[in-house]
Amino acid sequence: MKNIFKIAVLGVLGLFIQSCGNDESSGEKSGAITSNAAERVYVAPGEHDEYYAFLSGGYSGNLTVYGLPSGRMLKEIPVFSQFPTNGYGYSEETVPMLNTSFGFVPWGDSHHPDISQTEGELDGRWIFINENNTPRIARISLETFETEEIIEIPHSAGNHSSSFITENTEYVVAGTRFSVPYPQEDMAIDQMKGNFKGPLTFIAVGEDGRMNIDFQLKMPGFNYDLSHPGRGDSHGWFFFTTYNTEEAHTMQEVNASQNDKDFIAAVNWKKIQEYVENGGGEEIAAEYAHNVFDHSTQAATTTMKNKVLTVDPREVEGAVYFMPTPKSPHGCDVDPSGEYIVGNGKLSTDLTVHSFSKMLKAIENKDFDGDAYGIPILNFDSTLAGTVKEGGLGPLHTEFDGKGNAYTTFFISSEVVKWKLGTWEVLDRQPSYYSVGHLMIPGGNSREPYGKYMISMNKITKDRYLPTGPELEHSAQLYDISGEKMELLLDFPTHGEPHYAAGIPAEKIKSQSKKIYRLDENEHEYAATSESETKMERDGNEVHVYMTTVRSHFSPDNLEGIKVGDKVFFHVTNLEQDFDVPHGFAMIGANTSELLIMPGQTKTITWEPKKEGVWPFYCTDFCSALHQEMQGYVRVSGQNSNVPLKWTLDDEEIN
Amino acid sequence: MKKSGILMIIGSALLLGLFIYPLWNIQLEAPQYPDPLGMNIYINGIQGEEEFDIQNIDGINHYIGMKKIPTPAEMWEFNTFPIVIGGMAALGALLGILGFFRIIHPNWFLGWLILMTFLGILGMMDFNNWLTDYGTDLDPKAIMKLTDSEGNPLSYKPPLLGSQKILNFTAHSYPRAGAYLMFVGMLLTLVAWWIGKKANETMAK
Ligand SMILES: [Cu+2]
Repeated sequence: MKNIFKIAVLGVLGLFIQSCGNDESSGEKSGAITSNAAERVYVAPGEHDEYYAFLSGGYSGNLTVYGLPSGRMLKEIPVFSQFPTNGYGYSEETVPMLNTSFGFVPWGDSHHPDISQTEGELDGRWIFINENNTPRIARISLETFETEEIIEIPHSAGNHSSSFITENTEYVVAGTRFSVPYPQEDMAIDQMKGNFKGPLTFIAVGEDGRMNIDFQLKMPGFNYDLSHPGRGDSHGWFFFTTYNTEEAHTMQEVNASQNDKDFIAAVNWKKIQEYVENGGGEEIAAEYAHNVFDHSTQAATTTMKNKVLTVDPREVEGAVYFMPTPKSPHGCDVDPSGEYIVGNGKLSTDLTVHSFSKMLKAIENKDFDGDAYGIPILNFDSTLAGTVKEGGLGPLHTEFDGKGNAYTTFFISSEVVKWKLGTWEVLDRQPSYYSVGHLMIPGGNSREPYGKYMISMNKITKDRYLPTGPELEHSAQLYDISGEKMELLLDFPTHGEPHYAAGIPAEKIKSQSKKIYRLDENEHEYAATSESETKMERDGNEVHVYMTTVRSHFSPDNLEGIKVGDKVFFHVTNLEQDFDVPHGFAMIGANTSELLIMPGQTKTITWEPKKEGVWPFYCTDFCSALHQEMQGYVRVSGQNSNVPLKWTLDDEEIN
Repeated sequence: MKKSGILMIIGSALLLGLFIYPLWNIQLEAPQYPDPLGMNIYINGIQGEEEFDIQNIDGINHYIGMKKIPTPAEMWEFNTFPIVIGGMAALGALLGILGFFRIIHPNWFLGWLILMTFLGILGMMDFNNWLTDYGTDLDPKAIMKLTDSEGNPLSYKPPLLGSQKILNFTAHSYPRAGAYLMFVGMLLTLVAWWIGKKANETMAK
C-alpha cells in the first residue's frame, strides 16, 4: 500500500513538472530564433560543412553522420544492426560482425560514440560506440566510415557506461548498467543484494586499433550508469556514476531512489594496469566473440574467446574510491582541465561538482566515511568543489566549451543551461524542444573543445515537423555558443534515438577519407579482378560464381547449370576505380538482401534457388545511363538434371 | 661564336625535357567530374593525371564506341619520337660544339632549326590525325550513335589546341612543360644563330 502511494505521488509530481517545463518553453518559442539564423546554418550547394557530427542511432543500432552547421544527414553507418541498404550483416563477409556468444544478434542499441584521442585531443582515427543490450563495443574507421571491429563484453549487462576513451586511447571502457551474478548463475532474484556484481571492463586499444580486454574490475552490484576518463592531472583515473546503491531488485523507480546519495566511483586504472602487468588478477572462464573485419581480404572473422582477467579492487591498494553524489546521478562529466568531475543528480535541481585535487587530498588524509563492500567512501564535503544551485529540473549531461563554461541538459524542465566553472553561477538558459537527453560540443569530450556549436538531442519531437503518424523521428537542435548567450539556429530530425554524439572539425577527417578500394590490393578469396577471371565452380551442391561489375554490365551475364537445391554464392567484384561508382546486385527470390559493392570491393551473397526457370538479377544502384540494362539471367534446372555449368558474356564463354 | 655555341648547346639540350615532362595534356571536364579526368601525353606514352584517369576515360568513351587509349606498344610514334628527339638534341649539341670552336658557320644552327620545325610540324600533323581517328573511327556497335543537325555522325575529336564542348564534356587540349621547354630551346637556337651570325659579320669587318 505504501509503495503504491509513493508511485502515485511521483506520477503526479512528474506530470506537474513536465507541464510546467513545457509552459515555460512554449512561451519563448517564437522569439527564440534570431533573424539571421538561416544564414548561419546555410551551407551553399557544393560547399562542405565545418564539422562532422556522429550521432548514435540508439535503437537503430547504428551511427548516423551529420554535417554541422547545416544539420544535413550525410550517411548512416551500420554497426550493430543488419542494414539491407548495403548488405551489412547479410553479406557473407559481414555476417561474422554480428556474432556473439548468444549466436547471431542482428540488432543492437547503440549509445555513446567517442572519437579516439592523442594527448587528449581528437585525432580522427576511429570512433568507438557501445551496444547496450548485448554488451558490445565497436570500432569504426574514420577513413572508410565502416565498422572494423566488434568485441563482446562478457559478464556484463546493459553496457551503458561506455564507450569512453582515455586521453591517448589506451583504454575504452565498458561498464555494466545492470548488476548481475558474476559470473552468471541460476539464483533467486531476491537474493541479489550482496551477490550481484557490477563488472567494469577495460579494453586496451592497440596502435592499429585492435581491441583486447585487459581486465574486468569486480565492483559491488550497483548500476554503473555513465563514465568519463580523467584528463590532464586526472589522466589515469576513470569516473563512473552509480545508481541503485540500494541494490533493489524490483520496482526500481521507487526502490532505487531511496538513498539520498549514490556514488561516483573513482578508479585509478593506472594502478590496476600495473597490478595486472605484474601478474595480478585472476583468470576466469568467459565466453565472448571478437569480430574483426580485414580490409585486404574484405572479410570479417569471429574468434570466440574463453577467458577474462578479473581484478578484485580491494586487492589493489588505492585503486578505487567512492565519492558520494546526491540524487541518483546520471551524467558523469570531466571538464577539459581534468579538475572537475560533474555529477548530475537526475532527481534534483542541483549539480554536484567534485574536485580532483581535493579528492587526492581526501585520499591522502584518509578522510573516509566508512566503506561499501570494502571500498572506501570519501567524505562528501572534502571532495566537493561546488554546487550549481537551481539549474533546472532533472540534470542529465554536461559538456564544456573550453572557455571555462559548462552546459548541462535538464530533462524534466526541458532546457539547456550554461554555467561557469569555479563560480558555479548560471549564465544562460534556453528551452529545448522537447525533453533533452545528451548534448554535444565538438571535442567537448576532450582537452580541446571547439566551442562554437552545441547540439542538443531531444527525446520528444511532437509538433516540430510535419506529423508522420504516431511514430516520429527524434530531433536535434543546433545552438551557436560562441557568444555570451546561446542562440538556437536550427533543428533537424534524426534517425533512431540520437542518444549521444561526438563531433570533430571536418578537416581532421575529410582529407584522409577513402575514395575507392584498390583492385590491386583486393585479396578477397573469391575476387575476380578482371572479366577474364570470372567463372563458376561447383563443389557438391555449392556453386561459386566469380562475377564482376562495371558500367554497365555484369560478367558473366548468362549463367547455366545451377540446380534447384544448390547453394549459390555470388562473389561480386566491382571493377570500377572511380570515386562514388558503386554497383548493386539483387537476385530474385534471395532470402538475404541486396549487395552494394564499392569500387574495387568484393562482396558475397548466397542464393538458394527453389524453382526451376530462368531468373533475372540486376544492378540496384543507378550507376550509368545504361543502368537499366545492367542485368543478367540464371538458368535453374531440376535437381537431377545434368546441364553443365556454363557462363558467358555476349554469348561467348569466358576463360 | 663562343656565346652562340653555348646557346645552341643549351637550346638543343632543352629538348631533353620531353623525356621528363609531358608534351601535351587533354582534360575532360563535366559537372559530375569536379576533379576533371586528364591524360598527359609524353613522347613515349600516355599517362593519366590521376592513377585511374585512363581507365575512367576509357569507361566513358566506350558508350560512344571509342577505342581504348593506346599503350606505347600499340603506337609506333611512342617508340620513334624518343629516338627523333634524342637524335635532334644530340645533333644540336654537336653543332653547338663545332660552332663553339668555329669549325662550322652558324647557318648550320639555322639549318637545324628548320629541320626541327619541319619535324615538329610533322609531329603535330600526326598527333592531329591520331585525334581525328580516335574521335571518328568508332565501333559500329557503339551504344550511343549521335548525329549532327545534318545527319552526319558526330565527331568526338578533341581540339588540337584549345577548349571545345563534346557532349556533356568540355575538352581542354594544351601544351605542357615538355613542349614549353622545347619551344624555349628552339627559340634559343634561333638566338644562337642570330648572335653567331652577328659575331661572324663583326669579325669579317
Ligand atoms: Cu550498375
